[in-house]
Formats: sequence, structure tokens, C-alpha cells
Amino acid sequence: MKRIYVNEEWCLGCHLCEYNCAFANSGLKDMSFALKNKKIFPRIHVEGSDRITFAVSCRHCEDPICVKSCIAGAISKQNGVVKIDRNKCVGCLTCVLVCPYGALAPGEDGIMQKCELCLENSCGAPACVTGCPNKAIVYEERSGDEK
Amino acid sequence: MKKYVIIGNGTAAVGTIEGIRSIDSEGSITVISREDRHVYSRPLISYYLEGKTDLERIKYRPDSFYTDNRCEVLFGTEAMSIDPVAKTVSTSNGQTIPYDVLCVAAGSGPFVPPFEGLDTVEKKFGFMTLSDALALEKVLSKDAKVMIVGAGLIGLKCAEGIRDRVGSITVCDLADRVLSSILDADCAAVVMNHLEKEGLSFLLSDTAVRFEGNKAVMKSGRTVPFDVLILTVGVRANTGLVKDAGGLVNRGIVVNSKMETTLKDVLAAGDCAEGFDSSTGTNRVLAILPNAYMQGHTAGVNMAGGSIELTTSIPMNSIGFFGLHMMTAGAYVGEMKEIRSENSLKRFFVKDGCLKGYIMIGDTGRAGILTALVREQTPLSSVDFDLAEGVASNMIFSREARRKKFGGVV
Repeated sequence: MKRIYVNEEWCLGCHLCEYNCAFANSGLKDMSFALKNKKIFPRIHVEGSDRITFAVSCRHCEDPICVKSCIAGAISKQNGVVKIDRNKCVGCLTCVLVCPYGALAPGEDGIMQKCELCLENSCGAPACVTGCPNKAIVYEERSGDEK
Repeated sequence: MKKYVIIGNGTAAVGTIEGIRSIDSEGSITVISREDRHVYSRPLISYYLEGKTDLERIKYRPDSFYTDNRCEVLFGTEAMSIDPVAKTVSTSNGQTIPYDVLCVAAGSGPFVPPFEGLDTVEKKFGFMTLSDALALEKVLSKDAKVMIVGAGLIGLKCAEGIRDRVGSITVCDLADRVLSSILDADCAAVVMNHLEKEGLSFLLSDTAVRFEGNKAVMKSGRTVPFDVLILTVGVRANTGLVKDAGGLVNRGIVVNSKMETTLKDVLAAGDCAEGFDSSTGTNRVLAILPNAYMQGHTAGVNMAGGSIELTTSIPMNSIGFFGLHMMTAGAYVGEMKEIRSENSLKRFFVKDGCLKGYIMIGDTGRAGILTALVREQTPLSSVDFDLAEGVASNMIFSREARRKKFGGVV
């Protein structure tokens, strides 16, 4: 099972992953039309200080506590991908309360959204990885990963 | 082939079923469900009244759930007693159901104090089940005066759910503050101020001592007229079945970290059971949905021959009212550090070098990073906790710890 990994030594802190994520999930064809002059709600975010930066997105945990904690039964794990049914989510933020990575945040409508690896949007593969200018974000299987 | 029986059909039962099936795809599973409904999310009944979910979306698992997991569900059937020697459960339908291993996931029920004159009230409701919500919905009207007894999580969530569908809402509570189970006095004052702006009225340190038809006579001597009465005073764990069968119960059914009761081959999970609270190091009932699932899952795995323990439960809540969100976790003991900003109030409680608990009102982004510190009782000497006082961030960890946490190659 491939996952998204971030090499923080290589992260430039440019936030391009956030824009690529927001665009990939916008359903729109034109990036400037999708994002220009808008507050974006990406499913990956860059944390850090002046010296260190790194991007954080869902780890698709082997034993995801968000799935166990969701009060609406809206989060499930399917074929290794932790997904949210936005139709069922009521925006209680219990997943934010429990995710030890701080990887979830609500979308513009207050309903939760999360990284689903771009497998079902127009991108087809993680847009944050494809667009990372310094290859700090990679999508690969590492030893110890869940198969 | 093992015979599994589960008493209850809520979140803990689902956890148990999924726990069993993660190990044993063969054994038979019988679910005894008092409610005649597909499993639904109890905490969503207020969202139903608010129009944020409906009778389809409120289902906690898809329609195919029982079939997919090969469960036989006895809907509308109550478990009456457990015979731990013969290893059977007798039901309200007169059946005697044999088990090899049993999970009691019987939940909790409303606690209603013996109010004088309660029988004179025509429109009175509890607020625990979907049936309660559907019955209440029938009497909601734009001119209805509603009185809610109990300013806890259930009462206030109910108030939020119905506010736009009724005339007025008065909430009373014997406690001196709202949400007394999860907020300290200062934080409760902030939330109550918001709730009053949103149109709720409160009578605190006061409760009804007598009802006379459409009127409550309060301890303070005042009277409150109402059309609809909602009782959300508290809940009690359903411990009777295990107690009557000779098992040990306190406020909840006593279980060990594998969710085993003191009765052989009888486990318990969810709101009816106690659990180990890692923030205080004590056993207590943790009647919250995530804990119900995790206890159920732990029980299920162990019932099916696995061996896992649940040792990291804590009280925690993420809840909002009319746009003001709050998160709380753990115990409010030790040294308190407060951070106030324009839109938020945070209180961190530190003792023995660990984060014991927190209250955050307003800004709650990435709170889970802090919840994990409480759950795991991570020594704060290993993190830069000062950084957590702004927006929680993975910067609190050392580079090495972060690399380990995020699965990087060291």
C-alpha cells in the first residue's frame, strides 16, 4: 500500500502542495479560475517555523482512530484508503479531536474533508506529490507499511 | 463454530461485530436489539431535528451491514436475563438463546428523578433515542414554550436542534453552570453567554420540585410555564442484566482491559460498562461514542480468540452550539495555564509532567495532537509544549520523533 511521505529536509515551505490539492479537488479545469482570490481549503497543510517546514496530510493509518470515533459513521477505510462520506458528516469535528497528526480540517461548508490520495478526482494520483517542485513529497510503499 | 451473542444494537455492538469478524468469519452472531431499528447514530438525533441529517443518513452503518457480517438480528426483542452457568440469554419473546461467548452492550438509559406531579404533564419527553426525537418532533410548533430540565450535553444539543422550530426554550439545572460534566465555571460562563445570545433562557442552581400540568414549580419558588417538557437530567448505565447474573457492577459493569466482566465468557462494552481512564488512572463510565466503539471492538477481538487490551481511553468531547465549537479532553487537575485570544479560550492542565486535560473554546484546529498527549500521557519533557499554545502543531515534536511518527526512513 503506497502512502504519501514528506522529507522535511527537502521541503521548501512553498505551499504549492496546498494549492495543487485544492485545485485537484475543486472539480474545475482552470486553476486560476478555481483558486484565484479565494480562500483555499486544502487537504494537506504546511506546518513549520522559519527553519523547518513540512506538509501534513492523512496517514491512512492501519488502525485509524478517526474511523472508530466518527459519531456519524461517516468515515470508513476502503482498500487501504480512509474515506469520508460528506453526505453523512454533520461537522461535529470529533475526527479533529482524535487525529494525532492534526491531518483533518473542515471544508468551506463546515463539513469535513480529507486526503483520499486523489484516486477518485481528475488528478488520479496525489496532486501534492506530482506538483512538489523539490520532490519533498513522495508517494511510495515503505517497509513496514500495511500491504 | 463459535456462537456469539450480543445484547444491544448500538455503537458498541457494531464495534463488537467488526471486532469479531476481523478474526472469525465463521462463527454465528446473534444480536438482541430492543429497538426495532437498523443501527443509527444516537448522538445525531439532535441533528435530525435540526435538519442536518435524515432517517437514511443517520444510519451508523449501511443497510447491508448485518448481511455483510452475517448477523442475525432479533429486532424489537429485549434481553431479560443471563444464565452464566447454562450460558444462555432469555428474551422478552420467550426465547432462550445459547452462547459460547456473550457481549453485553446494553447502553444506558435516562435517569429521571421522582418529580412530584410528573404524571400531570401531558407533553413530556426524554432525549436518548430516535423514537424520542420523532415523538418530540410531532409536538414542535412555532409558538411552543419548551422547558428542558438538565443543561448537560444532551439537553443543550436538544435545545440547539429544536430552537428554530419552537417559540422559546428555558433550560434549568441544579448545577451552577451549563455543561458541568465537561466545563469548569469560567468556560461554562463563556458558553452560556453565547447560548443566551442565541435565545436560550437559563435557570441555574435551580430545578423543578413539582409539576402542575403546564407549570413547573421550582426549588427557588418561581414558576415556569411550558407547553413541552424535556427531561435530560442524566443517564445511567444499564447494569441490571450482569448484576442479576452475579457479575460485579459499580456505576457501570466492571470490566478489565480486555473488556471481560467478572462472569466467565461474558464481556461488556459501551455506555453500560466502566473503562480505564488513562488521564486519571481510574476506572469510570466513559459514555461517549468513540469509547463505545473502541470497547466494542476490543471485546469482539477478544471474544473471537484474539488478545488485545484497551488502556488509552479518556473522556473527550467535540461539540458545538450555534456556531461556537469546543473540545475537551481528560481531567482538569494540576497546574492550569490559560491562553485567551479574541475568539478563543484555552485551558491546559498539567500534572506530573504530563498534559492531563484541556478545554478549548473557539479555535480547536488540530486538537487531536494534544488529545494524543493526554491519551498516551506523553512526558511533556519530550515535546516543546509551549508551541502547542498557539494552534496545535507537529512542531512540538523533535525532528526525530516527527520522522518516526510520520513514517520517514531514519
